[in-house]
Amino acid sequence: MQHLLAALLTRGYRVLGPTVRENAIVYDTLTSVDDLPIGYTDEQDGGSYRLKRRADQALFGYAVGPQSWKSFLHPPSIRLWHAKREGRSFQMIPEQQEVPKLAFFGVRSCELHALAIQDRVFLQGAYVDPVYQARRDRLCIVAVNCGQAGGTCFCASMETGPQVTAGFDLALTEVLQEDRHYFVIQIGTAAGAELFHEVPYREASSEEIERAEHIVKETAEHMGRHLETTGIKETLYRNLDHPRWEEVAQRCLSCANCTMVCPTCFCTTVEDVTDLTGQQAERWRTWDSCFTADFSYISGGSIRPSVKARYRQWMTHKLATWIDQFGTSGCVGCGRCITWCPVGIDITEEARAIAKEDTR
Amino acid sequence: MIVPAVNPMVPQLYRTGRIRRETLDTCTVEFEPEDGSKVPPFASGQFNMLYVFGVGEIPVSMSGDPTRREKLIHTIRMVGPVSKALCELKRGDSVGVRGPFGNGWPVELAAGKDVVLVGGGLGLAPLRPAIYQVLAGREKYGKIVLLCSAHTPSYLLYQRELEAWRARFDLEVGVIVGHATSAWRGNVGYVTKLVSKAAFDPANTVAMVCGPEVLMRSTAAELEKQGVAAEHIFLSMERNMKCGIGFCGHCQYGPYFICKDGPVFQYSHLRTLLVKGEI
Amino acid sequence: MKTLESILAEHPFFKEFAPEYLQLMKGCASNAFYRAGTYIFREDEDASHFYVIRQGKVALEISAGSLGMITIETLDAGEVLGWSWLFPPYRWHFSARAVEPTRVTMLDGICLRTKCNEDHDLGYELVRQAAAVMMQRLQATRLQLLDAYAYDPRARSRL
Repeated sequence: MQHLLAALLTRGYRVLGPTVRENAIVYDTLTSVDDLPIGYTDEQDGGSYRLKRRADQALFGYAVGPQSWKSFLHPPSIRLWHAKREGRSFQMIPEQQEVPKLAFFGVRSCELHALAIQDRVFLQGAYVDPVYQARRDRLCIVAVNCGQAGGTCFCASMETGPQVTAGFDLALTEVLQEDRHYFVIQIGTAAGAELFHEVPYREASSEEIERAEHIVKETAEHMGRHLETTGIKETLYRNLDHPRWEEVAQRCLSCANCTMVCPTCFCTTVEDVTDLTGQQAERWRTWDSCFTADFSYISGGSIRPSVKARYRQWMTHKLATWIDQFGTSGCVGCGRCITWCPVGIDITEEARAIAKEDTR
Repeated sequence: MIVPAVNPMVPQLYRTGRIRRETLDTCTVEFEPEDGSKVPPFASGQFNMLYVFGVGEIPVSMSGDPTRREKLIHTIRMVGPVSKALCELKRGDSVGVRGPFGNGWPVELAAGKDVVLVGGGLGLAPLRPAIYQVLAGREKYGKIVLLCSAHTPSYLLYQRELEAWRARFDLEVGVIVGHATSAWRGNVGYVTKLVSKAAFDPANTVAMVCGPEVLMRSTAAELEKQGVAAEHIFLSMERNMKCGIGFCGHCQYGPYFICKDGPVFQYSHLRTLLVKGEI
Repeated sequence: MKTLESILAEHPFFKEFAPEYLQLMKGCASNAFYRAGTYIFREDEDASHFYVIRQGKVALEISAGSLGMITIETLDAGEVLGWSWLFPPYRWHFSARAVEPTRVTMLDGICLRTKCNEDHDLGYELVRQAAAVMMQRLQATRLQLLDAYAYDPRARSRL
């Protein structure tokens, strides 16, 4: 693994990957294999996340943490331009972007799907987002097949994992046996193949490949949660007045955690700021959430003043209207929204409750 | 769909020309590109994002003639800091303009049919480019009916123009206000009353409706009751907008992004959304 | 010269009434003409008649204190004016002023109520048509009210 990391570093990539910080596994700069959360696992449930030590020295023995990769391609805060006043006019100065070459090390299948989903939003519409595109174009992806399912994972329901299928340069499956610890590696692109030449390897035996496939199959059968996706869009469209929305609104704090940790949520706001003299102005784009009270504000008031309306907006967007907008579900089953909700609201449970008492 | 040729998040500079106060709380402002070029082409129904240096940016529909590209014309209602700042501009001040964004009124679809245009309050402003367009090609259309409503007579927009349109023989103009003093000799009541009295062939009509959401809903329902197909009734919707290009997510209305799937929609597509609260 | 019966038959309010009902009602009917600016009736007066507008425009007004007389609705040819003759205390809740030269057919309230009591089928038909118009007016009035609030951002914040 160190060889692979070194190969990336020598090619000038800024390598980002999982690392332990403040009792969670976050994505940050990696310079050595030792930065990885070796021997750690996570225990996740609604509103709960704990790191625990494993009996072995697995490099990737955990699910996903609070962050997703989106903060590197779709920055939480970025200046779009600044302007200087010139008499009664002003001069617009567009931003020159300094865009680093990024390598994501340890991307899970759900996250690959999330990337593809955000590609559809930012690159395949009538407009292309230059900020996202500049970072996405040069991205190198080393993916990982999950060796265990997290407590809130449901990628199997969303058909987004755990087996990595597309969108990677290299994909690793970690295999730990009593006497051996190795990786079965699949090459996805020519770029991945080129990287790989600097890593000591040999052809995998069919037994080793079977072992790797078996691990992933086991993961798929131990998902923490399940979401019934058949007809979910129509069910939600039909039940916009279901009493369950009122019920979940009693619990939801509209804290917006779910939208921050979600790997596909992309909403932003645009803020115009000036200095005290009024001579300089800047436009910033920052992450925003449909859970905020003034997200939907138009002259006189918000369209969605109640928490009920805002929770409904988020969930129906994620699971229903997203399909009409972009052709796929907006949810990849990573479970973050369940883990990181302070009151443990579970999107799979809400969907189940609504479908169960469908007001057909 | 017409889209801007330049980076859509960077405003182009325009200089303020004439400003006219229309009513107590609305003004009409004319802008010209600062570099002396013509206003980029736009379709009636589209909108711009107007930026006042140091104050902020808001979406405002086009209000001018799409064929006259010397000036960019916007009618603005003062409801917040940016709209107030726009109405307080002085001739010669610069503003930033991003656009045009959105889709347009179905003027081409209306060819060969009767056209009913309904503007409630400020709704007349986004409709005006379509009125200009339809009158400029008058021979293409059957009957043309323009119905306007306002809170009171002093809130009527474009009063001089309304009088000029009213004086034409090839256009029916109906005006109604919410309440008035006895000095007003016109209609008082709700705009739906004008719809039922107007002369047009519902089976062969395209209707374009703009105004507060409740007004558009009830007008569309009345038009449908009179026999106009829901696919031929068009509304211009409004939601919070930050980017105008489908990325910020604020303007979502059900599955639609008002900025790129709208702001003009067929009534048949909005029927279930319009009756839902807080959508 | 048109007969009262045929005038009623042509009016949108009565077009679904059977001819025998129009026969019954014509005895209560008479024609009237109001010059522009004159009052057909005033607030709180005896609500003695039901008015069927044949030509012209009528403004419904309410006295609104310091604002003066405010017109809240106008009615045109083909519409009807007045419901207070149907229910006690039979007093007008607003004033009606002719905006333009206006021709009406007026039906005496006591006469109509007597005939309705004698013939309940007629009564049912009359009240049914009246209710339909009232419902339409009520809905329009509610929308007008909403419009008044929706238009004024200051009013909204007080909601």
